Amino acid sequence: MYETKYHKASSADEAARLLAAAEDGKFLSGGQTLLPTMKQRLAAPTDLVDLSQIDAMKGITIDGKKITIGAVTTHAEVASSSELRDVCHSICDLAGMIGDPHVRNMGTIGGSIANNDPAADYPAAMMSLNAEIMTTKRTIAADDFFVDLFETALEDDEIITAISYTVPSKCGYAKFPHPASRYAMTGVFVSKNVDGTVRVGVTGAGASGVFRHEGMESALAGTWTADALKDCTVDANAMLSDIHADGAYRANLVKVLAGRAVASSC
Amino acid sequence: MTTVSMTVNGKAVSGDVEDRTLLVDFIRVNLGLTGTHVGCDTSQCGACVVHVDGKAIKACTMLAVRAEGSEITTIEGLAKDGELHPMQAAFKENHGLQCGFCTPGMIMAATEFVERYKVSGIELDEAAIRKELEGNICRCTGYHNIVRSIEDAASKM
Repeated sequence: MYETKYHKASSADEAARLLAAAEDGKFLSGGQTLLPTMKQRLAAPTDLVDLSQIDAMKGITIDGKKITIGAVTTHAEVASSSELRDVCHSICDLAGMIGDPHVRNMGTIGGSIANNDPAADYPAAMMSLNAEIMTTKRTIAADDFFVDLFETALEDDEIITAISYTVPSKCGYAKFPHPASRYAMTGVFVSKNVDGTVRVGVTGAGASGVFRHEGMESALAGTWTADALKDCTVDANAMLSDIHADGAYRANLVKVLAGRAVASSC
Repeated sequence: MTTVSMTVNGKAVSGDVEDRTLLVDFIRVNLGLTGTHVGCDTSQCGACVVHVDGKAIKACTMLAVRAEGSEITTIEGLAKDGELHPMQAAFKENHGLQCGFCTPGMIMAATEFVERYKVSGIELDEAAIRKELEGNICRCTGYHNIVRSIEDAASKM
């Protein structure tokens, strides 16, 4: 790792100020992607501004059907929250599938979505749940937040403070983890809202990162069963294709996992 | 250089480190506690797992400066009064190691999740043990005896 200067922020405002004063700084949250990247010298920020100990950005708030999760809440905290599990178990299940237990003890929801790794789990949930991404500057709808591979609508000095969503009437997540890394080769989050509308968020598969599948959304809005997906098509040319799985394989996974997500939803 | 202070295995320690120093290097180089291993350098193998404020984390993926003020337990901190921790004893009894390189990380991971399951009241069956070991890689044993060791220790913890 190249030299860097560490700063611990105690508020989001202080963090933004520290970053503005840095030559080429980066925000650090759980560090489970950034630090390995720095160890391999693929990133070399002059300064790291640690957000993980900002108390105002920690914790889960449940207000009826409205869920708010602070940006530096760890995956382990989301996975093990019995209060959250009672109202929306799928998000807890998803958090419990990220990486491994040690990663989950450090990694945070804000860090995951800010990084927007095309194989990360949370972006699929954010899209499907129509989540709002709250930042130091504004509130961004998930549809507008995820721009491209590792690219989001965030400005350089903008910090995610929390995410928020309304619990749908049904939701579920199914994932085919890469056998070594546990990243999603494909992961599909499905939600059915009170008004009958459906949102399907797909991660790990799209060549431009997380995406929604409108064909599946309308099929599931008709009938909420895995069988309803049988005539849906997923464009293999729009999928990632790599040593682990080609586009056609991933396109098939999208359909299979969407069905499993529906079957496991409640 | 930055001065960091923390409690390691019940003892207050401090040292001067570069901000880029990983917690595992502080533990091994500054404190000379070489039981915590570095297996992969890519944050995947779990040989470096220690407890920070009771949570199992990869010491190779946390900066030492971030651990300021923390309570840390390493493999050297498990045995009490010359008696092996039940998890250590179980690995010995059940042939839970061959070369032993991954063992400190395995044991630190296992002591944490056995405790976590006990507190939550969820049954720690074989499938749960195997799932909880996803972050720890062993290249010798094939895991069977590691799982047996943890099952054995869990019944005694």
